[in-house]
Amino acid sequence: MHPARKQRLILVSLVVVLSSTAIGLAAYALRDNINLFYPPAEVAAGKAPIDRTIRLGGMVVEGSIERSRDELDTTFWVTDYKASVAIRYSGILPDLFAEGEGIVAEGRLDEQGVLIATQVLAKHDENYMPPEVAAALEGNTPRSAAPYQP
Amino acid sequence: MRGMWAFIHKLGSPPWFFGFSGTLVRWLLPVTVLLLAVGAYWGLLVAPPDFRQGNSYRIIYIHVPAAVVALAGYYVMAIAGAISLIWRIKMADVAMRAAAPVGAVLTAVALVTGAIWGKPTWGAWWVWDARITSMLILLFLYLGVVALFEAYENKTAAAKACAVLTLVGTVNIPIIYKSVDWWYSLHQPASLKFTGESAIDASMLYPLLVMIGAFYLLFAMSMLLNMRAELLWQHRNAHWLRQRLDVS
Repeated sequence: MHPARKQRLILVSLVVVLSSTAIGLAAYALRDNINLFYPPAEVAAGKAPIDRTIRLGGMVVEGSIERSRDELDTTFWVTDYKASVAIRYSGILPDLFAEGEGIVAEGRLDEQGVLIATQVLAKHDENYMPPEVAAALEGNTPRSAAPYQP
Repeated sequence: MRGMWAFIHKLGSPPWFFGFSGTLVRWLLPVTVLLLAVGAYWGLLVAPPDFRQGNSYRIIYIHVPAAVVALAGYYVMAIAGAISLIWRIKMADVAMRAAAPVGAVLTAVALVTGAIWGKPTWGAWWVWDARITSMLILLFLYLGVVALFEAYENKTAAAKACAVLTLVGTVNIPIIYKSVDWWYSLHQPASLKFTGESAIDASMLYPLLVMIGAFYLLFAMSMLLNMRAELLWQHRNAHWLRQRLDVS
């Protein structure tokens, strides 16, 4: 290779490697801010701030959903299978909200460590399958969520 | 080996490339339209509904192909930028510039379809999670290349600046790809896997792969058409072009 081109090739490689390293280090330093939510284990361990709005993400504990009879109030627990945190929410829940499914809730922690949520989002997983396949799998993996009905 | 180098050298020649790309586009057009039609029909009408999301998941047949090709297209642009910087080939500048608007449109399509999909499934149009935010940065990088090129009077300097910008931006591509694994995000992890079994049922997977193939061809065709438009402009007074187009 021509020496001038070789030099430019080295320069181009350096630009890519150094800028990637710089941005990579910045992203690593900011990882707590890039994470969209705290898992229940960190909230239970007191690592999440209590004086400002946070997001909490996890799986809705089976059998933990309690709905108010005449209002939109709902209380449920979310878990990451290490710790669980209770969430109280008043509002319309997304269609995919169900026991055993992932959610991300935004709100503030009260003195009892309950998250008073202002927004609840459903976090669906990466699995896609037809209803028949899901029904066939039902025997192996219990799923409390209501299946799709055409 | 010699044949390959001869071919690469010929790609750098505007008259040869103009003829070659013309033939290529004529072949690409019917194949792309066919694949898009087959993929859309298969995905939207034949594939079964999802067990949780029902029919709303079908937007995947636009969302995922647009996002996949938006990421791959960035590498095409970055490699063209590197070739332009190292070997100073004019055709690489043309290729880099031609890829940027196509990539920007695909990224915008991925963001808009993602928002439309997010509302019924997650309950929000927009969430500042790592995947979505890094995808927005990709849109700004593509638009930045388009804008930076126009900002310079001297087009050689413009190409150099754009090439450096694209190369610095390459770090964003692995960040977008791995964002759902590295950080807690609302966006779910990848359903398509390079190795091992995909998390998407075969009856839904095949139309998705057809659509991804169709979008790759759509990208290639749009980029070639952009390159041809740029060559037409750059060589508007050249003898070979006037001869080819039969204008005197």
